[in-house]
Amino acid sequence: MSEQATALPDATQSMPEAPSAARRRGRIAERVRSIALGVGFPLVLILLWDRAVAITGTRLVPSPREVAVMMYDFSFGGVYDDAFSATILTHIWKSMTRVYGGFFLAALIGIPLGLMIGRIRILRQLLDPTINLLRPIPVTAWLPLSMIFFGLGPNAAIFLVFLGAFYPILLNTIFGVRSVDVRLFEAAAMLGCSGSAMFREVVFPASLPAIFNGLRIAHGFAWILIVVGEMTGVPTGLGSVIMDGRTLSRTDLVVTGMIVIGVCGFVTDRIIVLISNRLLRWSPQHHA
Amino acid sequence: MPSLKRPHVVIRGVTKRFQVGDGEVEALGRIEATIEGGAFVCLIGASGCGKSTLLRIVAGFEEPTTGEVLVDGKPVSAPGSDRGMVFQDYALFPWMTVRQNIGFGPRQRQLPRKEVDEIADEFVKLVGLEQAANRYPSQLSGGMKQRVAIARVLANHANILLMDEPFGALDALTREQLQRELLQIWARTRVTVIFVTHSVEEAALLADRLLVMSAGPGRIVADIAVDLPRPRDVSSPEFNAVRRELARRLTSHMAPARALEPVS
Repeated sequence: MSEQATALPDATQSMPEAPSAARRRGRIAERVRSIALGVGFPLVLILLWDRAVAITGTRLVPSPREVAVMMYDFSFGGVYDDAFSATILTHIWKSMTRVYGGFFLAALIGIPLGLMIGRIRILRQLLDPTINLLRPIPVTAWLPLSMIFFGLGPNAAIFLVFLGAFYPILLNTIFGVRSVDVRLFEAAAMLGCSGSAMFREVVFPASLPAIFNGLRIAHGFAWILIVVGEMTGVPTGLGSVIMDGRTLSRTDLVVTGMIVIGVCGFVTDRIIVLISNRLLRWSPQHHA
Repeated sequence: MPSLKRPHVVIRGVTKRFQVGDGEVEALGRIEATIEGGAFVCLIGASGCGKSTLLRIVAGFEEPTTGEVLVDGKPVSAPGSDRGMVFQDYALFPWMTVRQNIGFGPRQRQLPRKEVDEIADEFVKLVGLEQAANRYPSQLSGGMKQRVAIARVLANHANILLMDEPFGALDALTREQLQRELLQIWARTRVTVIFVTHSVEEAALLADRLLVMSAGPGRIVADIAVDLPRPRDVSSPEFNAVRRELARRLTSHMAPARALEPVS
């Protein structure tokens, strides 16, 4: 994140001129420092965790070493050889289908709906109060109903992820459309653009920075909600692993599941940032 | 022989009232004007005299309360590609490169891609932006952005250029250069230009006809022909005479308003 922020002034000036060797060295040093700090801090946290477990002598919280062993067994097997050994990819895959099933469904409905609500006043008058009424309801409160609607199984999980991801996408899209400079619509209209071409050519691209903000927030929520979603009684998935760990009192398994979710969320978030930086390279404000 | 020239834009009895809270504001009184094809007309007046409103009505962005605007004899009802607006704040599409911005109009006309590219390149060249053709607006200076905005409407076959204080946000040197370039483009393309400004200097330099507007409600109070040869020498006595005459017309209509203000 920080290395892109520091690169920004150069990008906007970007006259065809090679950066001097000194400047390039400075940028590499900055990058190394950024990575060292970013990786160093979690290492310190792990050290504190290890010390805290050792000093208190607790049996309830696993030490980092126990979690590392569990993580190894979960990934490759050969240590405990139980139901969880070497099953990591299955669980990640299952969780991802639910996370992205819900996420893409939310984007598929939220973005076009948001574009229309933002642009068409009567739709805004019709839907805005309902949306703001439903929005504060916590996703967990939908759990019983979603199990009635979709039964026990993956569909309920997808529905919950969808609910959590839907509002940030919808609201950010509406906000994006509402904050587009009216001049751009006028300019497009005078250049012969109207109707659905206006949505495709102006409304959508102009709102894209806000849409990506929404997608990024929603994507984070989707990973958060996977544990809730997989509480609905599915046998596989990272959320169900954590629930199993809880019932079996295997906290090393719980923490392992937590770490895998964290890493998956982190990596996929970076991918979204890369995509948005690529698509929004025109926007000087959007190299977050 | 003006009778031989075709009337390009006819403004017929146009008035405009805005709803402000409970009351109404009369932005434009009755405006009558006929603008000939290929003319360079400056609308000049103090801020709030309704000159931008009038321009926006000609563009089709706003409807007149009464009256109508005819372009080539047909009444204006909506924005159209024959009338290209150049805004003070550029209004370029920030997600498009210079070339894509200029090709926007032709693309809307569903021309084949190759043809769109050819038109875009032609007009990139017209405004001298070959070096910056693949840059985004955020990477351009104000002067370059306004060149793109001009090229964008010309590439779309606009034969009326509506310019709303287009150079108001530019520094003095860039403004002078763009004024020169605009005159060259105008001379080459013979489009009709309606140019809104509040600068006496700018109006005297550019226009061959000056419509002086005054506020409360907005109306045209003077219609001055400028016959100075081009390129105009801003230090010549003739140019100064035009400038003085224009300044006098502008202030003579402000004087009564000033007299009404309480002396305190």
